[in-house]
Amino acid sequence: MNSDKITKVILLFSSFIILFVAGGMVFSLVKGAIPAFKTFGAGFVFSNTWNPTQGSENYGALPFIAGTVITSVTALLISLPLSFSASLFLGEYYRGTRMAKVLGTMVDLLAGIPSIVYGLWGFYVLRPFLVELGLPNQGFGVFTASIILAIMIIPYATSLSNEIIMMVPNELKEAAYSLGATKSEVVFNVIVPSARSGIIAGYILSFGRALGETMAVTMLIGNANVIPDGFFSTGNTMASVIANQFGEADGLKLSSLIAIGLLLFLITGVINAVGKFIIKKLN
Amino acid sequence: MKYQHKQIAKSKLKSRTIKDKAIRVLVVLLSVVTISPIVLIIFKLIEKGYKQISFDFIMKTPPNSYEAMTALANGELIPGGIANGITGTLLMMVAAAAMAIPVGVVTGIYLYENPGKFMANLTRNISDILQGVPSIVLGLIAYIWVVKGITNGYSALAGSVSLAIMMLPMIVRSTEETLKMIPVTIKEAALALGVPYYKVILKVLIPTGFSGLLTGILLGISRVLGETAPLMLTALGSTIINLDITKPTSAVPLLIWEFYNDPNMVGLIWSSSLLLMAIVLSLNLISKQIAARTK
Amino acid sequence: MNDNIKQIKDPVLSIRNLSVSYDKGKYAVKDVSVDIKRNSVTAIMGPSGCGKSTLLRAINRMHELYENIETTGTLILNGKDITNMPTIQLRRMAGMVFQRPNPFPTMSIYDNVIAGYKLNGISLKRSEKDEIVERSLRDVTLWDEVKDTLYKKGTFLSGGQQQRLCIARALAFDPEVILLDEPTSALDPIATAKIEDLLVTLKENYTIILVTHNMSQAARISDYSLFMYMGELVEYGKTKDMFTKPRDRRTEEYLTGKFG
Repeated sequence: MNSDKITKVILLFSSFIILFVAGGMVFSLVKGAIPAFKTFGAGFVFSNTWNPTQGSENYGALPFIAGTVITSVTALLISLPLSFSASLFLGEYYRGTRMAKVLGTMVDLLAGIPSIVYGLWGFYVLRPFLVELGLPNQGFGVFTASIILAIMIIPYATSLSNEIIMMVPNELKEAAYSLGATKSEVVFNVIVPSARSGIIAGYILSFGRALGETMAVTMLIGNANVIPDGFFSTGNTMASVIANQFGEADGLKLSSLIAIGLLLFLITGVINAVGKFIIKKLN
Repeated sequence: MKYQHKQIAKSKLKSRTIKDKAIRVLVVLLSVVTISPIVLIIFKLIEKGYKQISFDFIMKTPPNSYEAMTALANGELIPGGIANGITGTLLMMVAAAAMAIPVGVVTGIYLYENPGKFMANLTRNISDILQGVPSIVLGLIAYIWVVKGITNGYSALAGSVSLAIMMLPMIVRSTEETLKMIPVTIKEAALALGVPYYKVILKVLIPTGFSGLLTGILLGISRVLGETAPLMLTALGSTIINLDITKPTSAVPLLIWEFYNDPNMVGLIWSSSLLLMAIVLSLNLISKQIAARTK
Repeated sequence: MNDNIKQIKDPVLSIRNLSVSYDKGKYAVKDVSVDIKRNSVTAIMGPSGCGKSTLLRAINRMHELYENIETTGTLILNGKDITNMPTIQLRRMAGMVFQRPNPFPTMSIYDNVIAGYKLNGISLKRSEKDEIVERSLRDVTLWDEVKDTLYKKGTFLSGGQQQRLCIARALAFDPEVILLDEPTSALDPIATAKIEDLLVTLKENYTIILVTHNMSQAARISDYSLFMYMGELVEYGKTKDMFTKPRDRRTEEYLTGKFG
């Protein structure tokens, strides 16, 4: 009996560790961000300056928030038709076939490529290609970064949508076919509406993933600490400014970076929670 | 009862069939476009990187910038290799695994044993949220906790901590899922024999679910292997092979980043990436095989 | 077996040498030939696995959804050869109702009834749609029960009501035949009785072909019966005759409960 109790305690304690880690994270981020918020107030979030010069330091998060949101939204839009098609391919059109296995494996492989490798490929292959097509700024900028980002988030939306699509009961499909519908009519009139919330949840989650991406974006966005004023202009994101400026940062600069980290944490946290909530409702 | 719609419907037959075929073609086309990057990337890495791969590449440390420049000028392959990165990655992966696996598996068991309880649901939700935290933020955390708080400077330990936090939710989830798939009767049979609870876990549940657990761990490792961003804030990098966990250390992704930033060493990025990719993809495939085997 | 064919004048459906096989060489339905009488209720019965559902689904060529199934033979519906007609055209001539009620969960009751039109891309005026919906729902005696909740989703209805909704959905298209695959096996006795009564009234305007594993149901409501055994059509004739003086020994054994 005694050993049972001890076992239970150990199990419980272990789950405390996770809560502890999460709580500790929030605590440390907030604590580290306080100096920045004390100095700049809530306006930090809306401020456009980023001036690390000693004596007149002034930091604001707006350019990075803008950059993050713009690249992530663009990436989501680009990835939508692609991952939607792939999930239809896997979940309905070629479901269960060998081709679907091959495609499925390759989509999984997309998820396995490290961010830095995407960045390298984007830098050395995609960027020159886009420059040839006429892109300004040596090909750096929001657009290029969004494309790479889109490729990176495709596997997440695809695998989730695919699962949901496969869960649509066969009898509904048969009912639609028996009414004389073509395959695409069945897909868009019956399968997709049934799977709608799951598909949307998948996109929300991949959006959350895009928000936090660092390396590939850093290498392609141009690292200009300004709000991007067009698709092809350069900019910066929250994740990449932290990576870039961290170097010898301390004091107010460090606190500002941590504050940006806190904001990033909150934004991705909320987005992911919404996505997971929708999925939970489905089950 | 003849409705005129039947006539309309008949004339639409052709257009609907064409539309149906067209949509199918579009789906296939876009799907191919979707997976084309992976083909392109792998080809590029192989094309540019295979020449550099050699025994030396794995065993030696990188040259300094001058040596590399000289080699380039002479049209030779850049000498040296990424041994410091490989050892650094290994060191941090082992340390991260040592931290994440016990906590992750045990927590997964806790969740499995206590479905529906408030604590369990809370833990599960928090674990899911943790999974969505960007890796750079984890790097910040490890910086604050370890670099500032423990080792007073960049260190492999800090790097391991950030990687461990990354792996943790994945292991928790896959452990719980794996255990849920074990038929309850097996656990009940063991308990009915009077086996104490901890023994049921250690001798029955874990061995039965071993391949599932292993899959989760391998996937977690392969996911974390290629991470660069958190390491930039924690392990920092090093030009020598370092096995001291309290000191800065290199890692393969970090080296790639350093090479990328040095015009003389840029040529090394392809082979390093190739090696990294090969390991990550192999781990991926291996864990898929294990998972498929158990189904 | 050929006397099946001679007896029926002006059949609505003629099946000739229909065989359905899967996985190369395994036959679920072997060389079935029969005529179905217009405006009747025809029951297809037989023990589990005899091929009755397979036969039914061959009529509206549902098997073509599955790659490993091969069908040979001829089907003639109302004088038209439907063996090779495009399925999206043929399936409007034959409405199907499935074993478990399957209204589309994301559509309202109203939209479910005219789902056939919507899925086929036929746009109708609002008044036409209203008329079809009301007519179909009245035909299945569901109108009074749902006329105030037409725009709610159909999933809150009882099993029997959902099944009647599915019948209405099949009727909305004014098909030549209605194919029902064990439509009451998932329903309670009261709902079952309602649907059986419904089918009897429907035969005035439609031809009903009904697969049932329940002999008494066949006896209650069908005019003609097909008895199938191991993929073959063993016997076909007026239900009354089959039940009182079955011609084949296998039919007799089935009817007297020697095998299920």
